[in-house]
Amino acid sequence: MGELTLVEAINDALHHELARDPNVLVMGEDVGLVGGVFRATAGLRETFGEDRCIDTPLAEAGILGTAVGLCMAGWRPVCEMQYDAFSYPCLDQLINHVGRYRWRSGGKMEFPITVRMPYGGGVRAPELHDDSPEAYYVHTPGVKVAIPSTPADAKGLLAAAIRDPDPVVIFEPKLHYRTMRGSVPDGEYVVPLGRARVAREGSDVTVVAYGAMVPLAEQAASALAGEASVEVLDLRTLKPLDEDALLASVAKTGRVVVVQEAPRTCGYAAEVAAILAEKAILDLHGPVLRVTGYDVPYPYWKLEDAYMPSVARVADAVRRLLAF
Amino acid sequence: MAKVEPRRRGGVSQERLRGLYREMLLIRRFEEKVEERFRAGDLSGFLHVAIGQEAVAVGVCQALADGDVFASTHRAHGHALARGMHPNALMAELYGKLEGCSHGYGGSMHLYDVEIGFLGANAVVGGGLPAMTGAALAFKLRKEPRVAVAFFGDGATNIGTFHESLNLGQLWQLPAVYVCENNHYAESTPAEQQLPIKDLAKRAVAFGMHSMKVDGQDVEEVLRTAGRALEYARSGKGPVFLLCETYRLVGHYVGDPQVYRSKEELHELRETQDPLDHTRAKLDLSDDELASIDHEVEELVEASVEFAKAGTDPRPEDALNNIYA
Repeated sequence: MGELTLVEAINDALHHELARDPNVLVMGEDVGLVGGVFRATAGLRETFGEDRCIDTPLAEAGILGTAVGLCMAGWRPVCEMQYDAFSYPCLDQLINHVGRYRWRSGGKMEFPITVRMPYGGGVRAPELHDDSPEAYYVHTPGVKVAIPSTPADAKGLLAAAIRDPDPVVIFEPKLHYRTMRGSVPDGEYVVPLGRARVAREGSDVTVVAYGAMVPLAEQAASALAGEASVEVLDLRTLKPLDEDALLASVAKTGRVVVVQEAPRTCGYAAEVAAILAEKAILDLHGPVLRVTGYDVPYPYWKLEDAYMPSVARVADAVRRLLAF
Repeated sequence: MAKVEPRRRGGVSQERLRGLYREMLLIRRFEEKVEERFRAGDLSGFLHVAIGQEAVAVGVCQALADGDVFASTHRAHGHALARGMHPNALMAELYGKLEGCSHGYGGSMHLYDVEIGFLGANAVVGGGLPAMTGAALAFKLRKEPRVAVAFFGDGATNIGTFHESLNLGQLWQLPAVYVCENNHYAESTPAEQQLPIKDLAKRAVAFGMHSMKVDGQDVEEVLRTAGRALEYARSGKGPVFLLCETYRLVGHYVGDPQVYRSKEELHELRETQDPLDHTRAKLDLSDDELASIDHEVEELVEASVEFAKAGTDPRPEDALNNIYA
């Protein structure tokens, strides 16, 4: 067990998975020679050679489309999209092809593609370097989506994605690439897809979060100490969702606040709220509240703090719910 | 001693030519039947046939080697049949039956047959190019002497994935052949309204890619040139842009009123650019012999309709399968 930053944990996972399976290769913009703009792929080219750590031109649709063909011939490509919003040109490939081939070929073809990308705000970057596009991906049939919140999960979920027979998109909280350090198991380490994690136990309110919103929720829980016992549920995988864990927590607390930094409308929090309305209505003591970004493009850094969910906004939602 | 058939300069043997003709005729009769069944209301949805473009499909597909792979377009029946898909599997797919090549989930525009290297037709124009670029990359990385072929039309050369794919293919010197079936219309838009250049081979020049050009109505020429293109790509020299000048002798879709071209133009094309006429003229076959090929092919097509109609309808719950492993 070592202490690693979140990006070091990702790098560690890639080294182990490429060593474990000769069919795994990494491709993307600046992943080889430079080792990735965030250094997530550092050292891979030196260890595994140019053929398994491929620098590509700036061509996101080409990268993901090429990955489709690589799968058809037995490879397991791991594609890096350099930033969240840079992935939008590859949505054509993801929606039109990646998520559909298996189904429309009657299950004859497998697409063990992993797409990983840094996502989210809080880093004082301009627009299109701060997006939380998870809802687009979750909405695409045939694609799985995971978002780690800790270095250990960043390693384990990435390994699970690479070994999974289906396309998996992993969103990595870039805010915490270097600012978060944590214990990470040595060697090969897998966190199964589809299992949530109780990040903090509580009995009055469940704050449901994922990715960079998990530590924020934990801070809010600490801020509310003495006022409320807050449980923080880290979903870890948005699709497939661990419904059992969600419903179990709600059965215990009866109150739910969902936090996402993505724009509000049709975000993942809305899906969580809908599931609770369908399956847990009698457990609920009040409405499911959402703390989200706003339905605007991600604002430049002077307005960033106003856009992002904050400890104060989460705590306020918890208080409103307790007073309902 | 076996009789040695005379070969014309640059041509194939009479026996081979007869085989090519029969393949083209199978596609023609199949698509005519499909049109008929569509108009009769047997088939739903949208239907694109490639009547007039059979020589490209047959010439290229007959030049492929075992292990080669290809991706097709929204006009895919010809490519499938030319590579050896049984008409039953294809017709059953059009009828949405489980016995279809894509188990009744793909339809006309999403045909698959992994066993013959057919890695998918695509409703999205330009959809097959990136995947075939990736398959070619896979072959190169594994040092396998296989080639990936992407079919697409002139309209696709205006799409981003075309440019990204050719750029990657040339950059990485991949064993790929990009087959442009230039039928001079992007759906309903004539070439001069959608292409800033007349000679599409110039598209390849932009990437430094080797290009070859062929009369797509001459199946012998397509076979020979596709063979050279595949050999070039297989030998590690890099990809080839293979431009086939061809003509669609029918509308973009079944029922297309074709307001974008005159009846006279269409009539002249049919009189002068039918690849079946061209090939028939080169065959030393009597009318009876030609009629017997027609009869054999028509029976095969007719049987495929019977096979399809007798097939199994998918159940609603089947559609929930195969979305994930």
